[in-house]
Amino acid sequence: MAADLTSYLLVGAVLFVCGVICMATKRNGIGVLMGVELVLNGANVNFVAFSRFTDLGIDGQVFSLFVIVLAAAEAAVALAIVLNFYNNHLTVDVDRANKLKG
Amino acid sequence: MSGESFLFTVFALLTCLGAVAVVLSQTVVRMAFWLVISLGSTAALFFLANADFVGAAQLLIYVGGTLVLLVFGVMLTASGPYMKIATSTGETVLAGLLGLLFLFVVFASLSGVKWRAPVAISADNVSTGAVGNTLRPLGLSFLGARPDMDLAGGGKVSSPGYLLPFEIVSIHLLVVLIGASYLARAKRRADRSS
Repeated sequence: MAADLTSYLLVGAVLFVCGVICMATKRNGIGVLMGVELVLNGANVNFVAFSRFTDLGIDGQVFSLFVIVLAAAEAAVALAIVLNFYNNHLTVDVDRANKLKG
Repeated sequence: MSGESFLFTVFALLTCLGAVAVVLSQTVVRMAFWLVISLGSTAALFFLANADFVGAAQLLIYVGGTLVLLVFGVMLTASGPYMKIATSTGETVLAGLLGLLFLFVVFASLSGVKWRAPVAISADNVSTGAVGNTLRPLGLSFLGARPDMDLAGGGKVSSPGYLLPFEIVSIHLLVVLIGASYLARAKRRADRSS
């Protein structure tokens, strides 16, 4: 497989799809978080590939750095929410989070 | 097969297989392990794409920080050594089929696009992101200076940098730290009798 733009984009697409499936099927709250991380990584691969193979310059790398930082912040807040949920329900099963169901 | 495409094939396969294994494994700790494999190989892909600083940041922040945080979350919320919350088989099969369909759509659409011609790496465009050694242009762009764009325009244009988003992200991280420690502070455990 040659290291060209389409191959990088294919890797990014595989990461994105795996992350979406992970978010949709996992019932563990932390598993859903891992799916989000996979999706953000797929976006990062695309940014870096466009920065390498087009005349975008370093803007793509700047954006992937912002994505990495915001993903770290998102993971911290989401883990705090998951810990709070575990303290209240003694489980991390997201199917049990139905208090707001009408 | 050149060395770059061999390394790219190896790390791309590791990335994709790690991501698929994250989806397929049932235990959270195994999911975290496969996520380490996938994210580390992604960092190697970044190094292969000449994005050295982004690759290093990926290793430091993702593999060293976020995943350790996730593993701590697993340890703090596990009720048994191999806690698994199983998904039903029908849901897994349906999600897999939908995912394959989605991947097919994405790949068919992106392989039909005529991308712009790739940048040839030469001594003329050493300041673009296509060549390695990105530490100085990245740092200057975070300070609001873009010598790579300005010099390309003959010194007449003044391109905006990323100083304001950088400051916003700094404040955002501070707020997130305070908010996360507020949310996750120790409270009474719910042992109500209901």
